[in-house]
Amino acid sequence: MTSLGKHLLGLRDLSREQIELVLDNARAMAQVNERRIKKVPTLRGLTIINLFLENSTRTRTSFEIAAKRLSADAVNISSSGSSVAKGETLLDTARNLEAMAVDCIVIRDSHSGSPHQLAQHLDIPIVNAGDGTNEHPTQSLLDLYTIREKRGSLEGLKIAIVGDILHSRVARSNMFALRNFGADVRLSGPATLMPPDLSIFGARYFPDMDEAIADADVIMMLRVQFERGANIPSVREYSSMYGLSSTRLARAARPDVLIMHPGPINRGVELNPDVADGPYSLVLDQVTSGVAVRMAILHLLLGGGSPE
Amino acid sequence: MSVENSILIQGGRVIDPARSVDGRFDVRIVDGKVAEVAPDLQPRDGEKVVDAAGCWVTPGWIDLHVHFREPGQEHKETIATGSASAAAGGFTTVLAMANTNPVNDNPATTQFMIDRAGEAGLCRVLPVGAATRGLRGEELAEIGEMVRAGAAMISDDGMPVMNAALQRKVFEYCAALKVPVAIHAEDLHLSGGGCCNEGHYSTQAGLRGVPNASEDVMVTRDIVLSRMTGAHLHVAHLSTIGAIEAVRAAKAQGLRVTAEASPHHLMLTDKEILRYDTNFKMNPPLRSEADREALITALADGTIDVVATDHAPHAQSEKEVEFDRAPNGVVGLESALPLLLELVHTGRVELHRAVESVTSRPAEILGRDDIGRLAPGALGDVTIIEPDTQWTFDRMALRSKSKNSPFHGRQMTGRVRATILEGKLVYAV
Repeated sequence: MTSLGKHLLGLRDLSREQIELVLDNARAMAQVNERRIKKVPTLRGLTIINLFLENSTRTRTSFEIAAKRLSADAVNISSSGSSVAKGETLLDTARNLEAMAVDCIVIRDSHSGSPHQLAQHLDIPIVNAGDGTNEHPTQSLLDLYTIREKRGSLEGLKIAIVGDILHSRVARSNMFALRNFGADVRLSGPATLMPPDLSIFGARYFPDMDEAIADADVIMMLRVQFERGANIPSVREYSSMYGLSSTRLARAARPDVLIMHPGPINRGVELNPDVADGPYSLVLDQVTSGVAVRMAILHLLLGGGSPE
Repeated sequence: MSVENSILIQGGRVIDPARSVDGRFDVRIVDGKVAEVAPDLQPRDGEKVVDAAGCWVTPGWIDLHVHFREPGQEHKETIATGSASAAAGGFTTVLAMANTNPVNDNPATTQFMIDRAGEAGLCRVLPVGAATRGLRGEELAEIGEMVRAGAAMISDDGMPVMNAALQRKVFEYCAALKVPVAIHAEDLHLSGGGCCNEGHYSTQAGLRGVPNASEDVMVTRDIVLSRMTGAHLHVAHLSTIGAIEAVRAAKAQGLRVTAEASPHHLMLTDKEILRYDTNFKMNPPLRSEADREALITALADGTIDVVATDHAPHAQSEKEVEFDRAPNGVVGLESALPLLLELVHTGRVELHRAVESVTSRPAEILGRDDIGRLAPGALGDVTIIEPDTQWTFDRMALRSKSKNSPFHGRQMTGRVRATILEGKLVYAV
C-alpha cells in the first residue's frame, strides 16, 4: 500500500502514487472545508509546531488552519520571537522542541536543505513548508490539486512556467512532480534566471515567452524576487518581456488557459491586474486548495483515522 | 654518536622515489639523521629497533597544505593537536596556512608558530606567510621578514588576491626571494556566494553553485603572471578539468608551475551534497565525476605534482548548521594515507608516483633536499606503512581536535604503522 513516508521533505523523490495519494486525500478534506462545522477529531491530542523562520502569511496561516481543522494543537514560532534570533542553531531549537514531546515540525527556512537536516537528526515527522531555493512541496501539491480539479487529470498537460526559475522553490517542486505525469514543461524568463541543468526536469527553455505559452493548458507565473540580486536590467524591461497581460494572452495563448501564481503577486510586474483578477485566474482557488492539501499531508504523516 | 640516539628500522620494503630505491633494506638513523640504508644491518647494543617486516618504509610524508588554527581558533585545532594528527597520519612535515587570528602576515606570528611546533615536537610545522596584509588583498605583507623567520611558502590561502596588479607585485617579490607562491584560485565574482559545485547536483539540491570557470579563470590569470614575473606558482587544491589543462599547458611551456590535489577531490564528487551534510562542504567544492577522473589522471601522469590534504578543522557546533551557512573545509591528515593507497591498490596511480607525490615532489617544491628522501645525511623522517591492513575509518577516533571528516565509516586498506621524526618515534599503532 502506498504511504507518504515519514516526512514530506520535497517532491524530488516522491512517486506518482504518493502524489496521487495526497491529492485523493485532499479531496476528502475539501469536503470537510465546505461544511459549516469545519472540524474533525482526526489529530486530537497531537501538537504541531509551525517553525517559520522566514516571512510567510499564506503558508503559515494555511498550515495553522489545517492543523486546527484536524483538531491538532498548532503552535506558531517565527524567527523574530525565537531563540534563533539570539544565535541558537536551528538544530538546537528543533531538538528543544522535540524534547517538549511535539508530534511534528512544519518548517519554513531561507536555507536550502534545513528540513532534510532536521529529518536526519530528529525522530518526529518534518514537513517542508519552503526551504531556501530548493523546494516548496505543499505549494506544488496544491497547484497540482487545483489543476486536477479543473482539468480532471494531470496526464500529458502542457505547462508553461514563467519567471525566476533559478530561485523558485515552487517552480522546482512543480517540475520535479510533473516528471511523473508526462507533462510537457516549457520554461520562459531571462536566461540569467534559468537553472544550470534543465535536463533534470525534462523541461525546455523558450527565451520568447509567447512560444512558451502557445498551446499551454496552464501558465504558472512566478513572483519576481527583487531581493535575489542583479539578474535583470530593469523591472520595466522584465515586465515588457516576461509579464502576463491580457494583450499577450489574447495574442499568444489558448482562450481557456488556466493562470496560476503562488503569491504574493507583484501586480503590474509579472502579472497585470486584469489577468490576476480575470476569469481564468486560479490564484484564489490555489489558496482554498492549500488548506485541504495541507490537512491531507498532516493526516497522512501523523496517522489518525478517516476524516469522517 | 651514541646508541641512545640510534634507531634501526628492520625488515621493511624501502621505497624512496628520490633515489629510485625500492627493495628490502634496513634504515639506521643516528642523531636525527639518516646514517645508513643497507640490507641486513645488525642491531647494536642498546639501539632501538623497529620491526618493519611486511611494511613499506618511505621518507616521512610532507603535506603542503594544512590549517592548524593557532593562534586564534584553538577550539578547532592547536599546533599541538594538529601535529598529533599529522603524526598519526604519517606526515612529518606540514605547511600551516596563514589564515590564523592574527593572520600570519608578520615575522612575530611566524616565529610563534615555529616555537609552538617545537614545544609539541611531533611534526615539522613550516609556516606559510600571507601574501597580503590581513589576507585582505590590498597591500603586500612583510614577506621578506617572514621568509627570514622561517616561512616556507607564501599564500593568502582561503582568499584569492582578486586584484591582478597586486598579485603581480606578490609574484615579483617572491620570485626575487625564491619562495613559492601558493594560490587559492577562485574568482569571487564568478563564485558569487555559491556553496557547492554548479551543475547537475546543485540544481537537484536547490543550492547556489560555484562554476568551474571561477577556478579556471584565476589559474589561467596567474599562469600569465607567473610567466611575466618568473615566480614559482603553486596551485593549491586543483579541482577542475579546465585548471588541469591550464597547468598541463604551462608545464609543457617550461613555466615554473606546480599543483596539488586533495584526497577529497580525488575520492568524492558533488553527488554527496544531496543529503546537505556539511562534512562534504569545502572550497573549492566537490566537483563532477568527470573532474574527479581528470584529477586522478593528472596525478598519475605528474601534471598534479603533490597530494596535499587542505586539513581544515571546524568544531561540530560550527558545522552543524544550514548547508549554505556552514564553514568550508574538512579534516584530512589521518585519512590521506589510506586514500592515496586506495588509488594505488586499484591501479589508478602507480606506487612510486604516489609516494613521490607526498615525499620528494613536495620537498622539491620547497627547494629542500634534506627531507622527502632517505639519503644518508638527510633528516631522519620515516613513515612506516602496513599496506594491506583493513580497517573502518571512524571520525570520532581522530587525534585532531575536530571531527569534520567526509570519510566516516569508509572501509580503508592500509594504515600507518609508525611515524618517525628526526629519529624519534612520534606515532606507533
